[in-house]
Amino acid sequence: MSAVIEMRGVSKRFGAAIALDEVSLTIRENEFYALLGPSGCGKTTLLRILAGFETPDTGDVSLDGKDLLAIRPNRRPVNMMFQSYALFPHLNVFNNVAYGLRMDRVRGSELQQRTRDALAMVQLDGLESRRPNQLSGGQRQRVALARALVKYPRVLLLDEPLGSLDKKLRGQMQIELKRLQHAVGITFIVVTHDQEEALEMADSIALMRDGKIEQEGTPEELYERPASHFVADFIGDMNFFAGTRSAEGISLASGKTLRGHGDADAGSQAWLAIRPEKLALSRQRPATTDDNAMEGHVVDISYSGQHLSIRLQIPEADALILAKVDTADPNIAGVERGQTLWCCWPPSASRILPRESQSEV
Amino acid sequence: MARVRPERQALRAHAALVYLFLYGPIAVLVVLSFNESGLPTAWTGFSTRWYSALAGAADIHRAVLNTLIVAVSATAVATVLGTLLALGLERLKPRAWIDGLMFVPMIVPDIVLAIALLSFYTLLEMTLGLHSIVFSHIVFNIAFVAVVVRARLRNFDKSIVEASIDLGASEVGTFWRITLPVIAPGVIAGALIAFTLSIDEFVIAFFTAGAGPSSTTFPMLIYSMIRFGVTPEINAIATIVLFVSFTLILISQRINRPVANP
Repeated sequence: MSAVIEMRGVSKRFGAAIALDEVSLTIRENEFYALLGPSGCGKTTLLRILAGFETPDTGDVSLDGKDLLAIRPNRRPVNMMFQSYALFPHLNVFNNVAYGLRMDRVRGSELQQRTRDALAMVQLDGLESRRPNQLSGGQRQRVALARALVKYPRVLLLDEPLGSLDKKLRGQMQIELKRLQHAVGITFIVVTHDQEEALEMADSIALMRDGKIEQEGTPEELYERPASHFVADFIGDMNFFAGTRSAEGISLASGKTLRGHGDADAGSQAWLAIRPEKLALSRQRPATTDDNAMEGHVVDISYSGQHLSIRLQIPEADALILAKVDTADPNIAGVERGQTLWCCWPPSASRILPRESQSEV
Repeated sequence: MARVRPERQALRAHAALVYLFLYGPIAVLVVLSFNESGLPTAWTGFSTRWYSALAGAADIHRAVLNTLIVAVSATAVATVLGTLLALGLERLKPRAWIDGLMFVPMIVPDIVLAIALLSFYTLLEMTLGLHSIVFSHIVFNIAFVAVVVRARLRNFDKSIVEASIDLGASEVGTFWRITLPVIAPGVIAGALIAFTLSIDEFVIAFFTAGAGPSSTTFPMLIYSMIRFGVTPEINAIATIVLFVSFTLILISQRINRPVANP
């Protein structure tokens, strides 16, 4: 797949605040690309630079090999779906969607046909003459989507597209957005602060922090092989054990060694990270000595249908950890608060990450 | 039946008195304008003769025409300038005191503004006439229009402007197709208020008018008539002015009613 968007060394300041710091990235044809990060990480600024509403202080942006920054915002083959939807309140649904086509001087039956096709694509047929204030939140979101898609841009930018929908509708729209993206074959770039949303929808994710890209990769890469404590902590749930990097893994303050693989230098401060669902729990000490195993007290149990979330206080590591186990797991049947359980995991399931500062907790 | 508490009854009585105080004299004026005898002391029957009497008065016609010329031209100019001022202030977000300067023509006493304008025109050695009244009215009307339009802009979602540009419109095209239609109720309301203020403005017009009937406005004419006592014709004129102002204000409030944001 060829690159659609190329960014090289893009920086942007607002007064003293650095919104983007030397960001470089490549977005490929037909990709569903997510810019993920906490608020203030620069993801929205990046999107607005692509749309043309902000100009970077330094750096280059190209689209299909051509300098995008030289093109005025209203001439870019890029359309945006706004977080607030930004529907025109004085125009009905049809005229909202047809607006972009009219700007391109599309007229008559072609205008009618293309507008109706776009509305059908988001299942809004029949609502053409409604005003935005006569629509539900979900319907407004679909109008915004149809309006941004009707011109078949090279790239569709979506700013927190599901932000203001309730949870159930959000799940439906995630599937819907993916389906649409496959159907129209347009590159989607979505900005979101919701890691679950990014994991479920995107082909590639750039996780941003303080104006920089912390890690870029597929959802699986970010989840399974986080490059830093920040990534590991931001994506999904993660347990961390603090220690010193040793040959086999890390040594905890108690002297116990937890085995694992990772990038931290020998002798440096490091984290061993393990996902809650990769922990196995049992009442007896596990027979195998290859795995990491520690004893803990059950502090809290919560039931969520398929899973039991169990919090364990582990004296040996001086840590409170979370384990997610199958409700039907026979090893922990009838477990109660205050009881003692062993948790264990194979070293390959965990990752050792460098500890950047003492402030990482 | 539910018993009404005495405090509530007292409050209602109070409200009724306030309304009577506010609207009583106006009601009397309207009633007297239809009084056959024209005397404020005795009701002799319903008649529209004082309204008919107005029809033949050439000086009144001239004054009404002058007032309409002033009001229409001042409103037109002030609406354009006031709207642009509101848009500019909203975009530039200047410091509070600069922002506050916008209100000055509204809060300066009319008499002060009138003297100031007269001195200014004299300094410029401008000949006074209907045009100088128009300029003066533009000055305070800009402020009123700007305030009303700004109130409208406060819940204006600026992302619709970006959306329009994103979809291929130019900045100018966006203004005509998106910004202006969305703020139109505020602009129309501002224009109606400006028009209403202009048709019955007396002090500033009186100071900045030229000599003679060519720049005598309607309120100025009434003032000169009333020096010889309140005539029944004046009651009729006042009733008409009241009706026009009332209708315009009502329309402007209707139009500028806040709508639920989409």
